[in-house]
Amino acid sequence: MPALTELDRAYTQARRDPRFRKEFQLSLRQYAGRATPLYFAERLTEKLGGAKIYLKREDLCHTGAHKINNTLGQILLALRMGKKRIIAETGAGQHGVATATVAARFGLECEIFMGKEDVARQSLNVFRMKLLGAKVRVVEAGSQTLKDAMNEALRDWVTYVRNTYYLIGSVAGPHPYPMMVRDFQSVIGEEARKQILRLEGRLPDHLVACVGGGSNSIGLFYPFVRDSKVKMLGVEAAGRGLRTGRHAASILGGEIGVLHGSKSYVLQDERGQIRETHSIAAGLDYPGVGPELSYLRDRGRVEFASATDREAIEAIKFLAEVEGIIPALESAHAIAAVMRLAPRLGKHQIVIVGLSGRGDKDMTTVGDYLGVTL
Amino acid sequence: MGSIKKKFAELKRRGEAALIPFVTAGDPNLATTLKILQAVEKGGADCIELGIPFSDPTADGPTIQRSSERALRNGLSVPRIFQLVRSFRRTSEVPIVLFGYFNPIFHYGLENFCRGAARAGADGILCVDLPPEESAELKRWTDAKGLDLIFLLSPTSGPDRVRLVAGRGRGFIYYVSVTGVTGARQALDNRLRSQVTRIRQATSLPVGVGFGISTPKQAAWIAGFADAAVVGSALVERIEKAKGRAAKARRAGAFVADLKRAMKQVIKKS
Repeated sequence: MPALTELDRAYTQARRDPRFRKEFQLSLRQYAGRATPLYFAERLTEKLGGAKIYLKREDLCHTGAHKINNTLGQILLALRMGKKRIIAETGAGQHGVATATVAARFGLECEIFMGKEDVARQSLNVFRMKLLGAKVRVVEAGSQTLKDAMNEALRDWVTYVRNTYYLIGSVAGPHPYPMMVRDFQSVIGEEARKQILRLEGRLPDHLVACVGGGSNSIGLFYPFVRDSKVKMLGVEAAGRGLRTGRHAASILGGEIGVLHGSKSYVLQDERGQIRETHSIAAGLDYPGVGPELSYLRDRGRVEFASATDREAIEAIKFLAEVEGIIPALESAHAIAAVMRLAPRLGKHQIVIVGLSGRGDKDMTTVGDYLGVTL
Repeated sequence: MGSIKKKFAELKRRGEAALIPFVTAGDPNLATTLKILQAVEKGGADCIELGIPFSDPTADGPTIQRSSERALRNGLSVPRIFQLVRSFRRTSEVPIVLFGYFNPIFHYGLENFCRGAARAGADGILCVDLPPEESAELKRWTDAKGLDLIFLLSPTSGPDRVRLVAGRGRGFIYYVSVTGVTGARQALDNRLRSQVTRIRQATSLPVGVGFGISTPKQAAWIAGFADAAVVGSALVERIEKAKGRAAKARRAGAFVADLKRAMKQVIKKS
């Protein structure tokens, strides 16, 4: 608790400091390559025959995903707090890479916790982390995936809390993390809002984003929350199908519980034990979801849908062939939902999709699924 | 009800510190746990912490992680743990603290859990990932059902936190000896004595120390300045290594007896 109190205090101060905000904005621009384009997907729109589809291109950020918005913000905070060592958990590896990246940029020691199962399916990212100078700790406890990596990172943090900053990758974890990560990722929605007003002279009708922990979705949605006419759709991982139980849809398939320090929808069994999840997208393979998204869902502000592994693979192929963009498996879930949604909407309507990352890291997985050896 | 308080008062009169062994419910199965509990009581346990296994035990090191995984594989559930406590209660009056994580308790229903725990004969609850700031709902039910809700303090707890816990706690305060997770350790921190003394000055509640205590010598040292020594992983490890129900119970009982014997040599004046 004292570590969290210290963090909360430090963040509250930083948030109010114009120099901190300026440094963050500067890093986002100079290092991460922001602002990302809000790209009008002309052929995708045409093929689906409905609403105008814009893609918010987080895949064009440095490191290939939205994760860096958060790691930059948090590492600046860590430096401000005088911490010398950064630890992080990672599922798909994108957050691990984004953390190792900023640790290298700012010269801090870095250790990334990753479940054994994830290490196997994301070996490209594991190599990248090592190349960036980070240590990768393989976690063999529990189900050997993201939630177990998070457990191990938390254990490390309570042990080395004095010199260590725990850089959580999503809007999960104890307060103030969900709030901090949301704030840092809000750059996505803030930019998109300005961009769409400039391009179309009005706000969008729908926002769509994939939901694992929820950072890219809340980042896109949050700046629009008070724009009541803007509808929001979060897309979870249905894995092999919601009815099979082999999925990672915490909101659609979970119940309220407490995991990793926050109260939210959690996938759990009848004994309150946390369930093992499945998704072809390692970054969505988490049995929880950010508490703010759960709250917005309960209030009716955000709706939820899901896409299966198969639908995500189809979406990757479709977007690649139609727009020349290969999305990450995670982002492909949002594309899959848009493929269903857009045709039902009028041509004058506008949909913005959060394209949270690019798919290079997933080519082996996609190849395996399609029976192709790379 | 109030039996934890009574036990500590009794021990205090004798100048003794309490030995509180931790046992995981259901590792490897509930029938064995019952035998272990009986052996541990016979060995001299003054109070017993009964662990409710959780799939994501963030505060635990590998020994108790493995222990929880084994227990969960055998279809363990809260009702069956209550049943275990009831069975143990047929022949025992040793105070029992249910030690666990919040989600399984929350999922079961806070009121239902506290009612069930009290009816089964448990005396206290320690929810390791529930900070006092978030404990109001649970405390409402533990108070209503006559259970002690036990809180944690650690080396990073400042004076405000000590005051908060001293005010809200019941039964005893559990002082976590390390910034870290559970697990037997070769050496305990020398600063423990001064840390615990500082806390004892701020509260009238007994202060027990846990995490890392693994030998009779360490337990005796703790007994010199704290009101209780909690021994978890070291006991769980010995149970893990022994093969078969009888051997596990025997090993557990013998280890607890060694710990108690060493602690009894230390008589405190305060």
